[in-house]
Amino acid sequence: MMDFLAMGGYARFVWPAYGVAVLVLALMAIVSFRSWRHRQRLWSEISTTRRR
Amino acid sequence: MHRFANPARFMRLSERLMPWCTAGAVGFLAVGFYLALFVAPPDYQQGEAVRIMFVHVPAAWMASFAYLFMAVASAVALIWRHPLADLAAQAAAPLGAGFTLICLVTGSLWGQPMWGTWWVWDARLTSVLVLFFLYLGYIALVHAFDDPTRGARAGAVLALVGAVNLPIIKFSVDWWNTLHQPASVFRIGGPTIDRAMLVPLLVMAVGFTLYFAALLMLRIRTAILESRLRAARLGEVEIGAETVAGPAQ
Repeated sequence: MMDFLAMGGYARFVWPAYGVAVLVLALMAIVSFRSWRHRQRLWSEISTTRRR
Repeated sequence: MHRFANPARFMRLSERLMPWCTAGAVGFLAVGFYLALFVAPPDYQQGEAVRIMFVHVPAAWMASFAYLFMAVASAVALIWRHPLADLAAQAAAPLGAGFTLICLVTGSLWGQPMWGTWWVWDARLTSVLVLFFLYLGYIALVHAFDDPTRGARAGAVLALVGAVNLPIIKFSVDWWNTLHQPASVFRIGGPTIDRAMLVPLLVMAVGFTLYFAALLMLRIRTAILESRLRAARLGEVEIGAETVAGPAQ
């Protein structure tokens, strides 16, 4: 396990690289999804007020 | 092609496709990360540091691919004035910028142990940095106008002009003496990379592509909903009607 984490002495390069990749990928999804959900909420608000 | 570019049709189609793309992306990325970290062998020269390749290279491919998508969508928008094309180009830009950022940061983290430097101004690195700034410039330009149509038009022109950078990125390693290595996968004569590393790399690449596709659809859906909201606020459409107004002409 420690061997795996040490990455043959390259741990301080390999893990930040994977960390940045996962972080940026996750941020892309989170921002996109929150913006979608926000618009959807606005849309349902408009729809319900119009129906009255 | 116009049939598929109808917003209402796109909403129906993407609703069906998105779960598959999302599931595929999660699956391929999970397997890809497992193969990259646990199964792929260390390189005989680079040791374990070569594992950076499995995130760096797919991110680099997607950085260029997303720009290509953006440029084609911009051309369609300029030539046929298609309402969906502008939305598609704008939806792709932040994703492309994200992939380019991953490519630059992981490349730097790979360069330090292998080349002994975080950064050099060689042709490949510089042209990818230009790509990153093209994305940022495009996003800024699109939002710099009060009228979204004019912003979209200006952005489309920038995206098309910037497309000249794509062949420069691709062939920079052949045209100039670069510290960056030349292509080892998409080259005449086939890949020079060993199968044990090529398979994890391709699995990751498929995962990145599906991830891009799923988020792209979500973002285009968001943009369509946004234009419906704008139209509804103006009282131009009946709520619940199938037809949708595109961006005001």
